[in-house]
Order: sequence, then C-alpha cells, then structure tokens
Amino acid sequence: MVQRLDDLKETSSQTAGPYVHIGLTPNFAGISGVYAEDLGKRVIEDGVKGERIVVSGKVMDGTGTPLKDALIEIWQADADGLYNSPSETRGRADPKCSGWGRIPVDMADGSFSFETIKPGRVPHPTGKDQAPHITFWIVARGINIGLQTRMYFSDEEAANKEDPILSRIEHQNRVPTLIAEQDRAGYRFDIRIQGHKETIFFDI
Amino acid sequence: MAADDSRPESGAFFARDSTVHPPALTPSYKTSLARSPKHAKLSLGTTLSEMTGPVFGHDLLGDLDNDLILNFAAPGESAIGPRIVVHGRLLDERGRPVPGALIEVWQANAGGRYRHKKESYLAPLDPNFGGCGRVITDDEGHYCFRTIQPGPYPWPNGPNEWRPAHIHFSIFGHGFAQRLITQMYFEGDPLIPRCPIVRTIPDEAAIRRLIAPLDMNHTIPMDARAYKFDIVLRGRRSTLFENRLEGN
Repeated sequence: MVQRLDDLKETSSQTAGPYVHIGLTPNFAGISGVYAEDLGKRVIEDGVKGERIVVSGKVMDGTGTPLKDALIEIWQADADGLYNSPSETRGRADPKCSGWGRIPVDMADGSFSFETIKPGRVPHPTGKDQAPHITFWIVARGINIGLQTRMYFSDEEAANKEDPILSRIEHQNRVPTLIAEQDRAGYRFDIRIQGHKETIFFDI
Repeated sequence: MAADDSRPESGAFFARDSTVHPPALTPSYKTSLARSPKHAKLSLGTTLSEMTGPVFGHDLLGDLDNDLILNFAAPGESAIGPRIVVHGRLLDERGRPVPGALIEVWQANAGGRYRHKKESYLAPLDPNFGGCGRVITDDEGHYCFRTIQPGPYPWPNGPNEWRPAHIHFSIFGHGFAQRLITQMYFEGDPLIPRCPIVRTIPDEAAIRRLIAPLDMNHTIPMDARAYKFDIVLRGRRSTLFENRLEGN
C-alpha cells in the first residue's frame, strides 16, 4: 500500500443548454432590469492602444447548419502582448483592453461579431513568441464541455509559420481552420464543430 | 489569492481528468450528435493564454444580484415557489479555496418555465422571477445565493423526457483554463438517474458530486431551506520549479 493522494476531483462539466443567455447575457435574452449591462459586451474601450478590428463568423454543426444558440467567450492579450489578469506577471496590461468578451450568436441567423484590437505576441513556455491569437471558448446546447480553440490572423504569415503551437500540429492541412481570413469588415472566422474542415479544438 | 501565497498564481494547470467529464459524443443526448467534434482534441500544454484569465471585482455586483427571489420582482413582491438558500465553497483540486471568483447561475421558475424567447413550455411565467443571479466568492471561497427551487422541465429529446430540477452554474477561476459550466441537481430527485444529460457523465461518483444535499444546519427556520453545493476547479502547480517566464 502507498499513501493516498488527497487531491479533489474537478466538478464535471454539463451542457450550457439552450437558455444559457438567461444567466450569462440576460439583457440579450430580454431580461432587463437585473444587470445594467451584459457582462463582456465590450472587450475594449475608447483610447485603447492598438489596431482596432472586427471579427465575425458563424459556428456550424456537422450538417453545416449555423448554431443559433451558441455563446462564445474570447480571451486575448492587449496590443503589447500582456493579459489583463492578476496572473499576468510581466507587466500591467492596457486598462482599456479587458481582453475578455462574451458574444451570444444572433438567434435568427447564427452570426456573431465583436470589436477588439489585434493582440500582440505572447511568449510560449519554450521562450519562443507565439503568433498573435485570440482564444475562443464555445458553449451551447448539445456541447457537453466547452470547446476551446484559437483564432490566428491570415496577414501574420511569418509569425504563424514559427508559432510553436501551429508548427507542432501533425495534420498541417488542418491548420487553415484556425486562421481567420481578412474580409471587408475585418476578419472572418467560421468555426466548424464537426465534419468537413472541422476546426481544431484544444485540450488545454 | 490564497492566504498562504501572496504572489500571483501563475503555475500551469493540472491536466484535465477526462474521466470525470462527459465525452463530446453522447448519442442519448441527441443534440450532441451533430455538435461533437469527430477529431481528437489537440493537447497543447498550458501557455500564458490559458494560465491567465479575467477576474471581476466585487464592485460589479448589485445589492440583489445573489437574490433571485427579489432581483426581478416588483417592489413589495417576491417570486413564487419553495424558498431556498444555495451555498458552498469553490475549491481547486488541491483543496485550496478559490477567492474572488465570479459564479453566475440561471434556472427555470418553480413550474419549470424559463424566461426566454425560444421557450414554449405551457407552464406560466412568474412575473416576479427572472432566473439569473451572480455572486463572487469571498476570501475563503464561500458563495451563497437565495432563490426558489426550480421545477422539472420537459424537453423534446425522447418522447417523454423531463429534466430533473436543476440550476445552471457558470464559474470563472483565475485562469481561462479553469472556465467551467455545469448543473446542480437536488438530493432525492428521482428524475436524476433517468436524465440523458446527467448520464452524459460516465462516472457515477462524478454524477453524485453534482447533487446538492439538503443542508438543515444552514436552513433558515420559517424562511428558506438550504442546499450545499461545493464546486472544484482545476488545480495548478506552484511556480517554484516552473520554467518561469517572469524570471523570478
């Protein structure tokens, strides 16, 4: 016999369900008067440093149908590559960039869109710099545990090429699923949960 | 920040134990069929992007944010249903409290009706019940809110499927890798073992950890019963032997 490890077990995930908006974006759900504004509605404020961008897209299921009840959260660094978090030990992030956003997709057509700034590069534990990226976390009815992915930028070809995560992916033909293309409004990032051109999801 | 550690937490998170979580594909929960990735998740190892995360200040909260009986009610009114207090602690896998963490909850009313545009169940809305609340854990990781016990709710999965009474929980830790959404169930509910969403979790012990016991000691006599629900987030290594980016 050996000593017992007394670590606790993580609480199990369950689906956010179709009415996730009631709790996380009540004003969007039509419940007004409880919170002044839905949390995470704005990632940046006026006076933020960096290049302002708009990211839009849809989240598709295995049949190609957009999810109309998905909720996305994003987490990203500021223009200098610093996170607005107490766990950020390298310096103080731009206070005008919370780095965190919560975006319910449109209930009618499933589209999402948010305004932010292009993040700076953040070091990887190996010491190499990661390419600019935005972390996405997607929950919805039918998704038992939140799906984590990353969005990279198509106009950061050199940085993407040397990114320690992108370059480690065995199936290089799947890397384009993580790269947002430039469009008229900014960047287009579609997420395909299953099937053809399935987005890469991470176990982090 | 834990009382025994005055430096910011910046260690890597323990790998997620996938056996306590539902797999993505769980056919008896039908919606998961088209909404589950076919490819394996790619293991990344935590980087700063996941070790950091947003933290919300207590100034976010309004006076009634943790009181669902009153936070949507007209002045002098209150929500209808069995009055309960739900309380517990937020811990990490090392058993350390997670202070200053935002917990958001949402639920149906006493009749199982959600206040949502897409909801069509014939049970009526309660004009004094919205169904959302939020709270930030105190220095020891405690949280507490007051609500009415939600009712069971039918849903079009199988021909006669009913969700057990449940409260949805959304939890932030200190790093984005800890982000978690789950559901709390109530002790003794016979619908729990019948529910395909509960049964997406393969581990019986893990299911039991989602069931809040009736807590008579915290019940407020002549006012509200109490249920206790502790929540555990991923633990993280201490930074002592990390390949630290901050160089200290």
